[in-house]
Amino acid sequence: MSQLSRPDVEKVHVGRRAFLGLVALGAAGVAFGGSVQRFVSSKVGSGLGGLLPGGDHFRIYTITGSFPYVSRRKYRLKVSGLVDHPATFTLDDLEAMPALTMVKDFQCVTGWRVTNVHWKGVRLSDLLANAGVQPGAVAVSFDSYDGADSESLTLDQAHLADVMVAYEMLGAPVTLEHGGPVRLVVPQMYGYKSLKWLSAIRVVDRVEPGYWEQNGYPVNGWLDGATGNTNPNPSLT
Amino acid sequence: MSTAAPARPSPVMTLVRFDAVQRTAHWVNALAFGVLIFTAIPLYFGSFFGVVFERHTIQMIHLWTGVFLPVPILVSLAGPWGRRMRADLRRATVWTRREVRWFRTLGRTPLDADKFNPGQKANIIFVGAAIVVLFATGYILQWFRFFPVSWREGATFTHDVFAFVVFAVVVGHIYMALTHPGSLASMFTGTVDERWAARNAAGWLNEERAADAAPAPSPGAAPQRPGGSDERA
Repeated sequence: MSQLSRPDVEKVHVGRRAFLGLVALGAAGVAFGGSVQRFVSSKVGSGLGGLLPGGDHFRIYTITGSFPYVSRRKYRLKVSGLVDHPATFTLDDLEAMPALTMVKDFQCVTGWRVTNVHWKGVRLSDLLANAGVQPGAVAVSFDSYDGADSESLTLDQAHLADVMVAYEMLGAPVTLEHGGPVRLVVPQMYGYKSLKWLSAIRVVDRVEPGYWEQNGYPVNGWLDGATGNTNPNPSLT
Repeated sequence: MSTAAPARPSPVMTLVRFDAVQRTAHWVNALAFGVLIFTAIPLYFGSFFGVVFERHTIQMIHLWTGVFLPVPILVSLAGPWGRRMRADLRRATVWTRREVRWFRTLGRTPLDADKFNPGQKANIIFVGAAIVVLFATGYILQWFRFFPVSWREGATFTHDVFAFVVFAVVVGHIYMALTHPGSLASMFTGTVDERWAARNAAGWLNEERAADAAPAPSPGAAPQRPGGSDERA
């Protein structure tokens, strides 16, 4: 009896193997998960399937813990600082300007990305040109309706052809949680540079590091591969 | 069905299943997992429901609970107080071929269960590995600057996938605990009686009886089943 059951009671290091196997699986996930994610998101899109790991879905961040609501009618964008013609824009004013549409991946610095986000809005460079940037200006600072967030770009960065003040996202007005009615979009940089609930544009004589930069993020939030010098030349409609 | 003579009025032998160190480690770990899961839900699904919440606070709670997560396990394994913890970890990781077969056939082959059945052992191994993976990927997500963006994407994906599986395993674990009151009670009291052991961990019971047999032959130790207790290394 006990002779027959010998092979049964022989010890196997199942635990060590399974443990190392799972950890290796995790390491493979880190190495190749980005590709898997892109494949999965191309299959499941951003609907309910977007809730699964790998699906396209935004993770909503706010600094203050709430979303500052401004109605579309009461929305104002103030352009001021070292400019010849300080101005305040309503949403109608912005929508009356030449519109830019572009489709860009949205890449968060923490590692999630949403592919092919459709944006519509006004080129920041158009707003700056209308305002007339004065000599001595070096950078542009941005304020948010949430009263806490801020961002900045150098004048060169602000003039990139794909830096946009957006009022439409994915074919509809930018929703409150995504920074509506109007937000900044800087597609060549990580998402934190794309300030939500944009309330003011100030042309200034030095780079004022924004909220996230004061909390340790790089002031120049370039994505890997973004040169910032080559204009992606998005289509103008 | 194999419970031999359960109606005997003799004092029932009590076995220590978990000592105080193990119980403390388990419940602190359980609390940490609970906090992590409850904070993960709004962090993950917040965008879908457009929920308004104190995200930064929740994020910080999630982060520091995650950093703390391995502590109870590591502390309970280290030092002279971790003798039982280490012994049980060895039990969970070294299987017999019979246990492997039991696990593969989902419990349809015979088994004189060890202190933990193969399902419980698999749970211990999985949770251990998941903690390592979630800790490492969480580290990459939080201190991302040291890692290339492709790693961050992979870490996000892996963290999410493992979190989903861990959630399912934790739900299963709680379900099994609630449907097995004797097992659950032992995580509070530390002990099980011999009838529970005969039903759920016959191999372990035989082992404990053999260890007890020499110093004080208790009345309960009388009926030794032949051939069942040779699984000791």
